[in-house]
Amino acid sequence: MHKLELPSYLEQSDEVRDRFTRLKQRPVLLEVKGLGKTFDSAHGPVIALNEISFKTHRREFVCVIGPSGCGKSTLIRILAGLEPPSSGRVLLDGKAVHGPGPDRGMVFQGYTLFPWLTVKKNVMFGLEMAGRGKMAAEEEAMQWIDLVGLSKFAKSYPHQLSGGMKQRVAIARALANQPRILLMDEPFGALDAQTRARMQAYLLEIWQNIDITILFITHDLDEAIYLADRILVLRAHPGEVDELIEVPVPQPRSPGQFLSPEFLATKKRLEELIHPPQAEAQDNGDHLNMMRMVSVNDEVESVF
Amino acid sequence: MSSLQWFAVRKELRPRTRLATAFMSFVLPLLVWSLVSYVPWIWHPKVEVIDPGGVSYFTRDMLVDREVFDAELATAREEHRALPTGRPANPIYLPAPHQVARAFYKAFTTEPKRHSEKWLHESLWESIQVIFWGFFLSSLFGVPLGILAGTYDFVSRLFEPFVEFFRYLPAPAFGALAVAILGIYHAPKIAIIFIGTFFQQVLVIANTTRKLDPSLLEAAQTLGAKNIALLFRVVIPGIVTDLYKDMRILLGWAWTYLIVAELIGTSSGITWFITQQARYKNFDNVFAAIMMIGILGLTTDLLLAWLGRRIFPWQKAAANL
Repeated sequence: MHKLELPSYLEQSDEVRDRFTRLKQRPVLLEVKGLGKTFDSAHGPVIALNEISFKTHRREFVCVIGPSGCGKSTLIRILAGLEPPSSGRVLLDGKAVHGPGPDRGMVFQGYTLFPWLTVKKNVMFGLEMAGRGKMAAEEEAMQWIDLVGLSKFAKSYPHQLSGGMKQRVAIARALANQPRILLMDEPFGALDAQTRARMQAYLLEIWQNIDITILFITHDLDEAIYLADRILVLRAHPGEVDELIEVPVPQPRSPGQFLSPEFLATKKRLEELIHPPQAEAQDNGDHLNMMRMVSVNDEVESVF
Repeated sequence: MSSLQWFAVRKELRPRTRLATAFMSFVLPLLVWSLVSYVPWIWHPKVEVIDPGGVSYFTRDMLVDREVFDAELATAREEHRALPTGRPANPIYLPAPHQVARAFYKAFTTEPKRHSEKWLHESLWESIQVIFWGFFLSSLFGVPLGILAGTYDFVSRLFEPFVEFFRYLPAPAFGALAVAILGIYHAPKIAIIFIGTFFQQVLVIANTTRKLDPSLLEAAQTLGAKNIALLFRVVIPGIVTDLYKDMRILLGWAWTYLIVAELIGTSSGITWFITQQARYKNFDNVFAAIMMIGILGLTTDLLLAWLGRRIFPWQKAAANL
């Protein structure tokens, strides 16, 4: 394979550098300080997260990526307040958060729409919890449903929708509460490739037009680079921050950038971090025990 | 359609085949029953005497064992007496389908033998009332307790161990106690059905409640739902379809306690009718009454299933029944 000449992922065009300078001048929305999480297992305590610290600015799009077992799901669950941290603090707008709340919207990987409610009632759920009147909630909900392009399905039940549509409703439901930050835990992981690409485009469009900060977990490198301003790379065992990468691909993003030098350079860097050469597989002895199992007089001798 | 398709693992049959097969599930037992009843050389261990002939103790329409009849026939032949004649018959406790069908009709139209006795439909109505009140009272307490136990660990720890213990105590064992406390009329019968249903109900519903997808609760929490709202806006609507199915099954259990319950104190309802008819050896009536219970139960269940599909439109239709 011939070597592709790529610039360093650290190289930024003036435009991009300027944007990051401005981004970092925005107020800090989410601050994570020395966050740690230890689980008790049968084989003694397991450190899932160790000393995680980072800052997210307003209207920033952050992706969290890392190898399996790096605790990225645990991290987002702590941020959402669904699990308490063992140590450290989470500050939202400078105030410590305790337990789940409507200021942090969440979209899960599994479809968590309430199956007994129509699309409209699903989106109204949070608004009603916030004490909004039925009429007002309904009106507001319809706006959000319209935003994700599902007005025609307002009266449908979740089981009548496709996977992509369900996640759009889930996004609308989370946004309707007008949270400070939208936490997304591999939201498109269960979707097929085409639907996922479409959903990514929708999400970027929504993000560009609404005052929302997004923290997005994924294991898909392309997805992370395509969506994020900055990528938080975690390392496994224990889960620690490896690097916070400023994505040098200029905004606004389009699928045409997938093959741009900046994109590929970033991807190369992520590959190095997440699949370091001769890591994982050899280390833990997890490999196939392969021998040749083709009959001697087989007509196809080799696949090459 | 080849038989291979009939036995495809977990594949649905074609609609017409499904319907026909379901129909067969009733036709087959009926067929077996008819064969045993109408084909003279299948079983028929008795002989119904048509003409007693020279046998002194035979009378017309009397049922005797085949061996006895054969022996008497041989003796009569030897002694050159008039030969008795008869036809193969089944024991009196196995009436033929047409007899039961006739009894089914007649049971409703025949006036009771004594003035104080009840018509069949009155007896049935009495039974339905006992079932209803027993099940209603049980559900009144059992459903909320089950949901709470499935939602809050505290409630579960507080009640479930005792309920678990109590459900092994056979409900009929409380018969005498129930009569002593509640008298001899409907109250103790309702109590037996209550005891038979309630404890199972709490455990079954608590389990159903625990099976609710926890991510729905988490999603609701991130949308701002707190304790009480979680219970009423997420837990209860989330389990209501499964709860409804549980209730249908539990109602079936309540029916199985009916016969025992009605024997307690003054025998009443359909049980009274059955025991009374058995005493008169009207087994066709007994069968008719037993079948009536089955038909009533099945009809109620089908009705509830149909109703369920109306009430819960978010359910996928196929998952029902």
